[in-house]
Amino acid sequence: MTGPTHIFDQPNAYIGRSVERPDAQRLVQGRGQYVDDLQLPRMVHAAFVRSPYAHAKITDIDTRAAEQAPGIIAVFRGSDFEDYVTPYVGTLTHLQGLRSPPQMPLAVDAVRWQGEPVVMVVAQNRALAEDACALVEIEFEPLEAVCDAETALEPNTPIIHSAYDNNRAWERLVDAGDVDTEFNRGDVTVVDHVFYFARHTGVTLEARASVVEFNPSDNTLIYHYSGQAPHMMQAILSKILSLPEENIRIIARDVGGSFGIKIHLYGDDLATAVAARILNRPVKYVADRNESFVSDIHARDHRVKGRMAVTSDGKITALEIDDLTGIGPYSMYPRSSGIECNQVLNLTGAPYAIDNYRAKGTIVFQNKNMMCQYRAVGHPIAMAVADGLLESAAHEIGMDVVEIRRRNLFKDNSYPTSSAAGMKFDDLSHQQALEKLVEFMDYDSLRKDQEAARQRGVYRGIGLVSMVEVTNPSPMFYGIGGAPISAQDGATVRLDASGALHVSSSITEQGQGTNTIIAQVAAGVFGVNIDRVKVTTGDTATTPYGGGTWASRGAGIGGEAVLLAANALKEQVLDVAGTILQCARESLSIDNGVVIDAQTGAERISLGELGRLVYYRGNELPSDVSPELVATRHYRVTDFPFVFTNGAMAAHVEVDQDTGFVKILDFWAVEDCGRVINPKLVDEQIRGGVVQGIGGAFYEECVYSEDGQMLNASMADYLVPMAAEMPDIHIAHIETPTKTSVLGAKGAGEAGTGGAPAALLNAVNDALRPLNASIYQMPMTPQRILKALGAV
Amino acid sequence: MKAADFAYEKPDNLNAALELLAREDCDMQVLAGGQSLMPMMNFRLAQPELLVDLNGVSELSFIEEQPETITIGAMTRYANLAASDVIKEHVPLFQMALPHIAHSAVRNRGTIGGSTALADPAAEMPALLLALEATITVVSVGGAREIPANDFFLGLYETALQDGEIIKSIAIKKAKPQNRFGFYELARRHGDYAMAGVAIASTSIDPVCDLRIALFSVSDKAHRLPHAELAFEGENLDDTEARDAAFQELDDFDFRGDLNADGDTKRHLARVVLTRALETMMP
Ligand SMILES: Cc1cc2nc3c(=O)[nH]c(=O)nc-3n(C[C@H](O)[C@H](O)[C@H](O)COP(=O)(O)OP(=O)(O)OC[C@H]3O[C@@H](n4cnc5c(N)ncnc54)[C@H](O)[C@@H]3O)c2cc1C
Repeated sequence: MTGPTHIFDQPNAYIGRSVERPDAQRLVQGRGQYVDDLQLPRMVHAAFVRSPYAHAKITDIDTRAAEQAPGIIAVFRGSDFEDYVTPYVGTLTHLQGLRSPPQMPLAVDAVRWQGEPVVMVVAQNRALAEDACALVEIEFEPLEAVCDAETALEPNTPIIHSAYDNNRAWERLVDAGDVDTEFNRGDVTVVDHVFYFARHTGVTLEARASVVEFNPSDNTLIYHYSGQAPHMMQAILSKILSLPEENIRIIARDVGGSFGIKIHLYGDDLATAVAARILNRPVKYVADRNESFVSDIHARDHRVKGRMAVTSDGKITALEIDDLTGIGPYSMYPRSSGIECNQVLNLTGAPYAIDNYRAKGTIVFQNKNMMCQYRAVGHPIAMAVADGLLESAAHEIGMDVVEIRRRNLFKDNSYPTSSAAGMKFDDLSHQQALEKLVEFMDYDSLRKDQEAARQRGVYRGIGLVSMVEVTNPSPMFYGIGGAPISAQDGATVRLDASGALHVSSSITEQGQGTNTIIAQVAAGVFGVNIDRVKVTTGDTATTPYGGGTWASRGAGIGGEAVLLAANALKEQVLDVAGTILQCARESLSIDNGVVIDAQTGAERISLGELGRLVYYRGNELPSDVSPELVATRHYRVTDFPFVFTNGAMAAHVEVDQDTGFVKILDFWAVEDCGRVINPKLVDEQIRGGVVQGIGGAFYEECVYSEDGQMLNASMADYLVPMAAEMPDIHIAHIETPTKTSVLGAKGAGEAGTGGAPAALLNAVNDALRPLNASIYQMPMTPQRILKALGAV
Repeated sequence: MKAADFAYEKPDNLNAALELLAREDCDMQVLAGGQSLMPMMNFRLAQPELLVDLNGVSELSFIEEQPETITIGAMTRYANLAASDVIKEHVPLFQMALPHIAHSAVRNRGTIGGSTALADPAAEMPALLLALEATITVVSVGGAREIPANDFFLGLYETALQDGEIIKSIAIKKAKPQNRFGFYELARRHGDYAMAGVAIASTSIDPVCDLRIALFSVSDKAHRLPHAELAFEGENLDDTEARDAAFQELDDFDFRGDLNADGDTKRHLARVVLTRALETMMP
């Protein structure tokens, strides 16, 4: 038989093809519609007076001069919002014991980080609002700031929240097997290192922005949102503002990047909504870069003490980590700031079959900007710690770093299985990925080149990582912990009179190409040309209910919902076609916009004709036939808490021992994200992710002074990775579809960010090894490398 | 991030600009390429009441060749310098340094006068002018003065410019065939301000005659290294005693750290850039 055997093999199946993004031209031509592009009648503009102190009591706020300034509409302090806002608490019940005090949009009695919004000024335009901000006089009584996570729990450190007895926010212990016995065995080699990961942040091209409209006549609020989770925003705004959920509409048009930054509730955004409600007119707030740096969530900031025991033949017998992280003064609402530490505990060593594993996590409050989930939550830490220890151990016992992985990775035929931390794995391909990587990068030649280069006094290094990525989360991620965050997503597919397909989906587009893959799946599964598919996302009024796009879930969960809906619609259309054509529906199929004879491929009726008949000339149909040319389906992951992906990556670097500069010569990634829907988009996700990983490994750091001032809150001083320094990033795939869905797609959005830092750390240490130096601190700046070399 | 309110004038000739600048009733700044001033205004670190835009003063934008010197108008942009055959031929040190100054977008707007007037300790231009012993012509309604580069840069963002004065032009001696130049900087990303850098000029190198070494991005301003320069006089560039004398001078030098490099790192990197720049000049 030569016909299609499977939906993925149909002639016009778009799945697996690098379809061009339909929206690329529009965006490149500057015709995107971002929040700041909105101009609404009677709209006014907000600016905020932010705390110059990391920790201080507010003793007086004098807004009189600001209120008199030209063009001022209103000046609000925190206490002005008390009647409108129910305080919110950023905890999740499944992170047992996590605590955080209630928050309000603006500071009320005290400020707890530099940059915390204190007073909101609303004016005719942003410049006038900023002028008036300068006239607001706030009296502060500075308090000692708690900045260093490592001393936050010491008895003489001030306590940030008087309701608590110390600065601890959360603690968790994982203890599997018998770690102590294994470490104490005389016949193992133990390596230990302390890893430092600096704070950094996700610098989005489009800053956070809100335009909020409130209509008092029908008590409705429209929030124009630049973010990833419209339905979550709807639910939490309803709760906090005491408005019926159905009266709140969230609209996210084009979003210029998010990376997890725009998936949280920020005081200034919430204040914008409250102000719109009080003033009964649209209010716009767009964070400027400086505000972004001191208020967009930061991430990482971990100190991990790690040790690993290996036998002389390279078998890991025990792994122990102690993770300490500071999250700022509160746990962020509504996803909490506990997830990253939790992920570190869950994921460290997850690619390897390790029986004895102990992990302690401690989260402390501090007087710095808040920390929360940013692309690849916890992964870069977990991967760098495990694979950093592993490569260090390999060198201790004189084993090649590839070989030691071969001896410890979960075997490709061992699934389903679980890790020591209790993670459930299925459909992974660690061994295959590693072997493919070794071949792809020509590992043996690189080792020879490295040797030759050393003879010339050139220090090159090769570093690898084997990794997992959490994708397609089930309700076990947030919903179980009480957060109003959907783990299921929906898609509605509608055939119009012209034969065009309209798809609306609850996942969202932040620039990664979600809308493209939605169109691909719908067109391919249903059987129309992709040009005839229109996609709507990002509007709670018009899309099905769902979680949005985060945790690498868009394609895997949202894509599956589209597949199910498109299949359902196809069945419905064939029912109608069978009636119209007076033949058995089983004998029909749809191809390229036409209902065809499934056997011969002969054209029977075009979808346009069918649509017109149904919509305009229903009289031609039997009266007991009521065609439904729209179908909606939802999907959630049921059998697993998460659908893990795996990958193997490698970095090749050259360290200049005189300057501490590192040149990244090449980077390779072999990724198994299950079925690849659009190779180009997946490759670019991985490349972009690797670049953000390079940022974390070499450049990005929120530098704070000892008294809690962020010292580099501008694009001049905060170094994002730039094109000139980026290496070629080579990508290869293994496709092991997940059995949890028909589509078989797992996530690919975060792998690069999660894995790259580990490979880079290992590569730098590999280069430094003959110089008797090592570094376990990121970013690996020239100065830190020079210090590691003892040059300064 | 919006600038505070300011008045704006765009004179179309130098005299009109100077007359505006002679006003004493308000706080004013001139606007050249705006690549430093506009961000400072948006951060409200600079809040001039009056902005005098020099972009309409075409007589400040020129590259002129005279028998012994090249004179460059203050409003000449980095991009014009980089594209100029006259500069390529007669000011090779500029050719070496220009690709390291910011990115093309910034070089399309930023001016030689703006960078010189700003005297950013991390900027390349002051060091280039020190090494080349350039002469800076400043003007006001009261007339013009010529200031040697050595006397122009006084400290952190501080120059010999007085109220009402602007830079009109910068004169540089044309390079002769036996002259040698060196330039080296270390920046974390291409186009960033350097962690440390050096510009070097020498009348000849075989043996060394009249060596001028100017370090930048290491301290409060660009600095010459007089002891090192003297130590090399009459020697070869690879002379180890002279190099040791240069390192000695660096040991005693007042390095000032920044976010990317503390004082010790700056000292170490200063040695590296000096060594590497000298290497590029060796025959
Ligand atoms: C992203 C970025 C990267 C950069 N990287 C570098 C770098 O690597 N190296 C570097 O050197 N610079 C760098 N710069 C700064 C850039 O070179 C500036 O353009 C330059 O320092 C100032 O020149 P301007 O013409 O833009 O001056 P403006 O910003 O217009 O003015 C600067 C100051 O000089 C005054 N001024 C201007 N012209 C005159 C005049 N003729 N007489 C008297 N006063 C005058 C102004 O009043 C103002 O106070 C960078 C800038 C940016 C935005």
